[in-house]
Amino acid sequence: MNVGTEPGKVTRVVILSVVGIIFALPILAMVEFTFRDGLSGGHTLDHWTGLFSEDAARTYRGLFQAIGNSFVLAAVTVGIVIVILLPTMILVHLQFPRLRRVLEFICIIPITVPAIVLVVGLAPVYSVVVKLFGSGTWTLAFAYGITVLPYAYRAIQSNLDAVDVRTLSEAARTLSAGWLRVLWLVLLPNLRRGVLAAAFISVAVVLGEFTIASILNRRNLQTALLQVTQSDPWVAMIFALLALLLAFVLLLSIGRLGRDRRTS
Amino acid sequence: MTDASASVDVSGGAGATPRRHRLRAAGTYLGLTPFAIYVLLFLAIPTVLAVSTGFFTEDGALTFDNIVGLFAPNVLAAFGSSFFVSAVTAVLGAIIGALVCYALLGLRADGAVRSFIDSASSVLAQFGGVMLAFAFIAAIGGQGLITVWLRDTFGLDIFANGNWLYQVPGLLPVYLYFQVPLMVITFMPAMQGLKLTWAEANATLGGTRLTYWVRIAAPVLAPSFFGSLLLLFANAFSSYATAAALISQGAQIVPLQIRAALVSETVLGRENMAGALALGMVVVMVVVMWGYSVLQSRTSRWQR
Repeated sequence: MNVGTEPGKVTRVVILSVVGIIFALPILAMVEFTFRDGLSGGHTLDHWTGLFSEDAARTYRGLFQAIGNSFVLAAVTVGIVIVILLPTMILVHLQFPRLRRVLEFICIIPITVPAIVLVVGLAPVYSVVVKLFGSGTWTLAFAYGITVLPYAYRAIQSNLDAVDVRTLSEAARTLSAGWLRVLWLVLLPNLRRGVLAAAFISVAVVLGEFTIASILNRRNLQTALLQVTQSDPWVAMIFALLALLLAFVLLLSIGRLGRDRRTS
Repeated sequence: MTDASASVDVSGGAGATPRRHRLRAAGTYLGLTPFAIYVLLFLAIPTVLAVSTGFFTEDGALTFDNIVGLFAPNVLAAFGSSFFVSAVTAVLGAIIGALVCYALLGLRADGAVRSFIDSASSVLAQFGGVMLAFAFIAAIGGQGLITVWLRDTFGLDIFANGNWLYQVPGLLPVYLYFQVPLMVITFMPAMQGLKLTWAEANATLGGTRLTYWVRIAAPVLAPSFFGSLLLLFANAFSSYATAAALISQGAQIVPLQIRAALVSETVLGRENMAGALALGMVVVMVVVMWGYSVLQSRTSRWQR
């Protein structure tokens, strides 16, 4: 019985289709733009086929390099999440439940201190980092590990809450497993979904990051895109579309992971 | 003891002897140090540096010049524009997002429509920055798909009053593109928390659809709605990349003022002005996020 809580069918269809169409338009416009033949108004496949031509590697070398940089950054950032954040979260969960609020608070801070503020203080920190590790782009991952904290924390914590980590680790300990074995063979397989979700969202965030890289003068995918758009807006648009598609696939699979958990 | 040293990473379970127990306790605290050091170096120190440099001159002497500089007309105007853009996109985003949530009521949570909109929202809420700017340039830029269509079909020139897309007003439609999905993500749980029994009680007591929404749903949803609205405000207020990609000249909003202060090569000592601007931003963010967490804790009451 409908007692007035739900919208009527017509209302629902009208709201969803109007909002849906408006939100689809900019994406469709991006797609259309990649087929434009300059300002002539005609359409061409040249911008797409040009990517596979022999000269492409040379013409777009800077862009490809920046894409490589971004993937390295994504990998190192995921490494930071797995090596530094994950063990800390398990440790706090098992040993210091009272510190949980503190850890949560720390991990939420990057929302309140946005990247454009953090970068003001990162500039002097990075003048030290450059001395220690050189000026490689990968060092930006130290900052990105902070940027992804809120997302990675939420993904892992929801998995930690759903699994009885304490019983699992005590059972394994009783069976005389050492700590590394417990972590590797018992806890990680059970936390797989949370860790994967944290990794995916971290990759999506890092591939889209612009603020810190641009102010600190490093080349990643986004700063290169903005540069390329000056000379070849069509190719910039193609890569923006591809990056968006990749983010969509990554975040879609996080949704999949979440649904599997509910049904299994 | 190999066992105790292994517990540097993770520890737990019952210690066998008091000595081993103490060793292990020390070991477990050690396990927290990598994270503590990392957060100290890349979150605490940068944050403190960012908000404190505004109080110093280039040579490290204490000064309030930069803080006073926050009240210069152009900086005040930037804060005004930032508040304007954030407020307008937060209110519109909250209303449109809430309408979408309403439209989704009654659909099965694991149905095709719901899961598509859930996924699409979480992608689009993240879709800021350069790529978003590109999308809007392709759609409503000077030669954009929609611009050209409107011009050729209806003779309507959306840029008759100047090229507003690359100015502050241009940020409004662009920011809405990530504000609405963010509202859907944050407000949907509250909408789903509405219990069918409340509506039944309302109907049994002779209430109408209107009394249900005005007297029951609205008060229950209000904290969550306004909390989400504050989150949207903070989200727009702090975003930089989209504006930086669209507005290449001038510093009309606060994050762009920071860019101008940091990369300016003509005026020396401007880095410290960036610190003062950062402090101003953090103050606004802390107040807004505090309001959000207060409202959020009132919301969770109804979602058990």
